[in-house]
Amino acid sequence: MPQAHLRVWRGGDDGEYREYDVEYSEGMVVLDVLHLLQATAAPDMAVRWNCKAGKCGSCSAEVNGKPRLMCMTRMQLFDPYETIAIAPLKTFPLIRDLVTDVSHNYAVANGMPEFAPGPPAPDGDYRMQQIDIDRMQEFHKCIECFLCQDVCHVIRDHSDNLPNFAGPRFFVQLAQVSMHPLDEHAKGDTVSAGFGLDYCNITKCCTDVCPEGIHITDNAIIPLKERAIDERFDPIRALGRRLFGRGDGRSH
Amino acid sequence: MAQATGALARERRYGKTQRRDRWWLEPVLVATGLGAFIAYSTVSALLGEHWAFEVGPYLSPFFEPLIRPDWLPDWFSPALFILPAPLAFRTTCYYYRRAYYRAYFMSPPACAVREPAGSYSGESRFPLVLQQLHRFALYAALVFVPVLWFGALRSYWHDGELGVGLGSVLITVNAFLLMMYTFGCHSLRHLVAGGLNCFSCSTFRQARHRAWRFVTVANEHHRLWAWTSLIGVGLTDLYIHLVANDVITDPNTWGSF
Repeated sequence: MPQAHLRVWRGGDDGEYREYDVEYSEGMVVLDVLHLLQATAAPDMAVRWNCKAGKCGSCSAEVNGKPRLMCMTRMQLFDPYETIAIAPLKTFPLIRDLVTDVSHNYAVANGMPEFAPGPPAPDGDYRMQQIDIDRMQEFHKCIECFLCQDVCHVIRDHSDNLPNFAGPRFFVQLAQVSMHPLDEHAKGDTVSAGFGLDYCNITKCCTDVCPEGIHITDNAIIPLKERAIDERFDPIRALGRRLFGRGDGRSH
Repeated sequence: MAQATGALARERRYGKTQRRDRWWLEPVLVATGLGAFIAYSTVSALLGEHWAFEVGPYLSPFFEPLIRPDWLPDWFSPALFILPAPLAFRTTCYYYRRAYYRAYFMSPPACAVREPAGSYSGESRFPLVLQQLHRFALYAALVFVPVLWFGALRSYWHDGELGVGLGSVLITVNAFLLMMYTFGCHSLRHLVAGGLNCFSCSTFRQARHRAWRFVTVANEHHRLWAWTSLIGVGLTDLYIHLVANDVITDPNTWGSF
């Protein structure tokens, strides 16, 4: 059986990396190997996990410095004699071992604008055409693993920005509301209302780490930035709104 | 939120990362590539009349369209009328922002690699807030698409005779690459229909949606178009300079210029 040489963060903020050798079977993923470790040398090691299928977003960690879902990271990705470093997400407060406190994200989620449809058609139904919602389908794939939040340097390297910057996961959510054909928010409410969009400098790390392959930067953040520019920086559009009475900034 | 202060926090110092791959390679290549282009294009543009830039039917793209009024002093290069538009377009381009923020400002140098700056306000303050003016640079860049194609067509016509040379092919490829780079612009994608929420609401909006899908296809490869067009315009300019200054001979159907 192949043997993995692991270097795993143990303890709290003042903890340390400890090294372990674990025998594993072909086809295993990093999370499987950590479970073997829990069953043998480190029964008290804390690891958050749930579905083991890349759909619950629980087992986010940093494997060899890259934010990844451990259940989707195959051992065959690594060289046989390579030491594999496994660390907790560095953007969020550490609870213990590989488990971090991601409740900041739930607090941000509470401040997001909710979908606000206008009145239904006279028969009581809401109707949309497929071409109007096609581009939003990928946003629904988000599993809230918060890898994008973890890798975003705006908050990873500058925790003082946490109160001012919603982060990539929530820009996806904003884009979903902002682009919805039935949503009645004025554009300004969804793109310029203090979510810190201007802090993003489009380095695309969120897109690079997204396990669902959502084009966060190209399809959510940049379109939101362009919508914000419509509202705040484009004198031609401002004149148009003034002349033609479209001052409410509604997005239809 | 509590700030970590222990050993894990110390791991977050600048340049600290557990990444084992060659994360530094991309910023080094980008810094080198962009730096080389900036240096070359500055020299080429500023030399103006001191380094011939037109020969036969060929005109360097740095000087297209040629604006050379009689009152223009010798020391003033006609390229200076042209280059501010593409310079503004590329500087504020969403792809190039990513590239040079990483390569030159190390903000961040690579994903999950600690950046050096102690504080960060992104594009929310002057001068980086000016990046929001990208769409106005786009308007200027769009003017150059037909201008460059006109120059490409003109390069097949010399002394009243239709022909073709290596220079014509390079100028045509350059016009195509710059068109694809411009048509893949994120701001253009927004302006053609990305800002709409209802594509199906009218026939005109459905037509805009079709244009949006075309721009989206070009936009998905914006980085590719950005680099190929940058290299293409530099090489085309260099080739025409070399031909115009008799360093190399252009193979063509006209014989000689």
